[in-house]
Amino acid sequence: MRVGLVCPYSWDVPGGVAVHIRDLAESLIRQGHQVSVLAPFDGEGVLPDYVVDGGRPVAVAYNGSVARLNFGWKATRRIRKWIQEGDFDVLHVHEPLSPSLSVLACWVAQGPIVATWHSSMARSRALSAVFYLAQISMEKVSARIAVSEEARRTLVAHIGGDAVLIANGVTVANFADPSALPGYPRSGGTLGFLGRLDEPRKGFDVLARAVPAIVSRFPDLRVLVAGPGDSEDALSDVPVEFHKHFVFLGRVSDDDKVRMLHSIDAYIAPNTGGESFGIVLLEAMASGAPVIASDLLAFRRVLDEGRCGRMFLTGDPQALADLACDLLADPDARSSMSTTGHERARHFDWERVGREVVAVYESVVLPGVRVREDLRGQIMGRLARSKPIDVSDS
Amino acid sequence: MNWWWLFALAAVLLLGIYLSMTAGRLDRLHLRIESAERALDAQLALRTAITIDLAVSGLVDPVLGAVLTDAAHTARRSAEAGVRDREIAESDLSRTLSLAFQDPEDVSEIQRDPEGAIFLEELAAACKRVELSRRFLNDAVRACRQVRSLRMARWFHLAGHTSWPQTVEMDDTPPPLLSAS
Repeated sequence: MRVGLVCPYSWDVPGGVAVHIRDLAESLIRQGHQVSVLAPFDGEGVLPDYVVDGGRPVAVAYNGSVARLNFGWKATRRIRKWIQEGDFDVLHVHEPLSPSLSVLACWVAQGPIVATWHSSMARSRALSAVFYLAQISMEKVSARIAVSEEARRTLVAHIGGDAVLIANGVTVANFADPSALPGYPRSGGTLGFLGRLDEPRKGFDVLARAVPAIVSRFPDLRVLVAGPGDSEDALSDVPVEFHKHFVFLGRVSDDDKVRMLHSIDAYIAPNTGGESFGIVLLEAMASGAPVIASDLLAFRRVLDEGRCGRMFLTGDPQALADLACDLLADPDARSSMSTTGHERARHFDWERVGREVVAVYESVVLPGVRVREDLRGQIMGRLARSKPIDVSDS
Repeated sequence: MNWWWLFALAAVLLLGIYLSMTAGRLDRLHLRIESAERALDAQLALRTAITIDLAVSGLVDPVLGAVLTDAAHTARRSAEAGVRDREIAESDLSRTLSLAFQDPEDVSEIQRDPEGAIFLEELAAACKRVELSRRFLNDAVRACRQVRSLRMARWFHLAGHTSWPQTVEMDDTPPPLLSAS
């Protein structure tokens, strides 16, 4: 099958959705399908050969955080060209509610279209206009997938209709390599955090405020922090004498992320909201790191209501500190959590998830029907019409 | 200066744009329903074919073979019959399949044969896709009905002569033992 995937967010800033699409693409390729991903790209680094440059994104504020998105005439043109050249059996767009390449792709394409919903959002007045427009563009979509119960509920409440629940996946094999960062694992207690420092919903602040209390019981504590953002700003509320306990790794490569996850005694997910699934928990669990997470609904599901990880009241540094101290003091609990966590991660392995996604594709594709451009009733679309490329005859 | 004329003109223009957009939406939705119906037809036909293949493969006992062939046969014939008959026949096939593969021992016996394992895998996948296709079809029907019941769509007969879209109601639960794997 020829599959076209549209990534709404920048490829070179790996966020949850981009990583999902990368893993999905690779899982589809392993299953023998032909895959092309259209993704925004800043031009840093090299694109894998299955990714097509969707243009440079622009930073805009959207839904409570800064999103880097593509829009306008040039972006539309690129998508049309990509759809013409791709000759896809199925077009799979992601996060169709964010104003992005996904929306544009839905807008300019017709044929078998699948859409995956990643995030959950609360209803707001400002967004209801977006939802109305989304409802119209969603009418073209033949099949809808939600990665979590929360994402599905957002869709059902705001847009109406139904969605198939296919949980997010993790490529467990990618996290198997047991080598750690140089000098780790070490004694004295090591905690890990992954995520943007300047994104308040990732909750670094909650962890930072918990550290003094943990240090009082574990004076050698070290916190490995991986993710982009300014470390000085992030520690501005923490007394200076505790700064030495933090090790900032900056933005890490995938390999270093795995090494980091193998270097820690516990992974901390202090997120305060905006998470609809919690793939980062699965990655930590796939590496065998015990997880301490805030009790967001999404995390509770991934951790199977606390069976596969420990949870604290969202945003409560003292509760986090207590759990971390208990766990650091108890190696037996850590190793049993590592085992149950790893089993849990296998349940979400991409091998399984990828096959479920293919079943959705197969139930909407029709022989002889391809994804084509849709020029009806779209002034912008007509203006941006690119030169037709002949792909049918040979 | 007569502003009222301008207002009236603008109102008519806006109404025209709105109606044309809504007609476009309905057109797309009808197209989507049509594709979804074809997809469901294809998946049902595939399920029937695999069931017959399995029934005559010699991997199941003759009684079960006869029951499966009969159910598959009725389902296939019903494709030409009325919608209601078809829903009943396909539901019967779903239930027959669930009954046929309700015993873990039977299933593992068939799975022991490499050919049988492939058959069961294909059958499970086909049943799953029937379930998905029907879900997507009904979702399209729901979306279409919603637009068609808009006041403007009714007053201006935007749907033309197309019939009121119908959901497909049937039991499409895949055999529990097969879908678990």
